Amino acid sequence: MSLSQQEISDEIAEEIRAYAGSGAVRHHPSRGYAPYRSSVLRHPRQPLTVVQDPEAVELTGPAFGVTDVTDLDSDLTRQHTGEPLGERITVTGRVTDRSGRPVRGQLVEIWQANASGRYAHQRDQHPAPLDPNFTGVGRCLTDDQGNYAFTTVKPGAYPWRNHENAWRPAHIHFSFFGTAFTQRLITQMYFPGDPLFAYDPILQSVTDEAARQRLVAAYQHDLSVSEWSLGYRWDIVLDGPAATWIEEGR
Amino acid sequence: MLPTPSQTVGPFYGYALPFPGGPDIAPTAHPDTLTVHGHVYDGEGQPVPDALLEIWQPAPDGSLTGAPGSIRRDPVTGGYAGRDGVTFTGFGRITTDADGHWVVRTLPPGGVPYLSVCVFARGLLHHLFTRIYLPGEATDSDPLLNSLDPERRATLLAAESGPGVHRFDIRLQGPKETVFLEFR
Ligand SMILES: [Fe+3]
Repeated sequence: MSLSQQEISDEIAEEIRAYAGSGAVRHHPSRGYAPYRSSVLRHPRQPLTVVQDPEAVELTGPAFGVTDVTDLDSDLTRQHTGEPLGERITVTGRVTDRSGRPVRGQLVEIWQANASGRYAHQRDQHPAPLDPNFTGVGRCLTDDQGNYAFTTVKPGAYPWRNHENAWRPAHIHFSFFGTAFTQRLITQMYFPGDPLFAYDPILQSVTDEAARQRLVAAYQHDLSVSEWSLGYRWDIVLDGPAATWIEEGR
Repeated sequence: MLPTPSQTVGPFYGYALPFPGGPDIAPTAHPDTLTVHGHVYDGEGQPVPDALLEIWQPAPDGSLTGAPGSIRRDPVTGGYAGRDGVTFTGFGRITTDADGHWVVRTLPPGGVPYLSVCVFARGLLHHLFTRIYLPGEATDSDPLLNSLDPERRATLLAAESGPGVHRFDIRLQGPKETVFLEFR
């Protein structure tokens, strides 16, 4: 009864063929993407109602400040008494809007599995060890240039039940706020060269090859620290109308 | 510049994104507190127990700047300190419970008749925006609402179920599917 990887891979290939044949450019996944089985009953079938000129409230967004983060929140390796197991990494990048303007002072949140591929979550029953020194949750505010930075460990791949022998490539979940509520984004960062990319319906739900590449961080040697950590860079461009477009009389 | 694609929030955000006081946008025991609640349902009418809703709205005076302090952290323990009980931040974050039910307590928005909502869930590859319209004259004359056919329009209306209590269900799919919005 369980679906095989081959069946899912065939569906993934068919979705990519259909996308290529459509001539359209799609930056985001289609909400109804059958190879990801959980999407089937959880996406609207009616077209979205277009709001051409969003009202002011949606062109602004929540504010966060120094009260909402502590200094240790951005270092996931220092939240317990001991050091977590795994490969220590830093992940850094810049958050901008589609015009390249930095998103300043906004909240970035992350969560991830530990180095063994296990989440510190009751419902994750993958029989890989929990790490008493790693929770896998972090947050920070972007600086004046829109930069964020985290220190953590590289997460492991983990199995899930979409189909038989389904494994998620290693990834870190990220949540971003823009200057407008319309720019809200939750996504996942992947690591370059992961052999699981082709098998994963969640990553492949982004059917545009170039867009999919934008979910993969770059290993950047000058961000690695001698005798200490490996450095990755991942820049973010938030979609959607931004408040400043109106101020500048778009 | 080309946008970073969306990916699903997945099943395991529960220990990262929700925070104590997330549904309590109204200052503690404020007399104008408005309670809005409902269920999230899938295309078969089954409750969605792992949805995450975010609410954003103006303050009662219509100001749109928000205020920090939604997710206050305790610098001593590193844990959550909760809201300060006084500041109105305009932002709330709520997870559905095992019945797919959610509740938010807030103040009436100023200048617009609705609360803005962003819906995330396992199975949803890209979030969905909608609006919770509250009963009143501004809702009756709202141009977006009035551009919809009556059946669809009804999905955006909160129903008053008691003094200060409103009911608003979100249907991700199906015959009474909620109207979701795309901002351009
Ligand atoms: Fe995950």
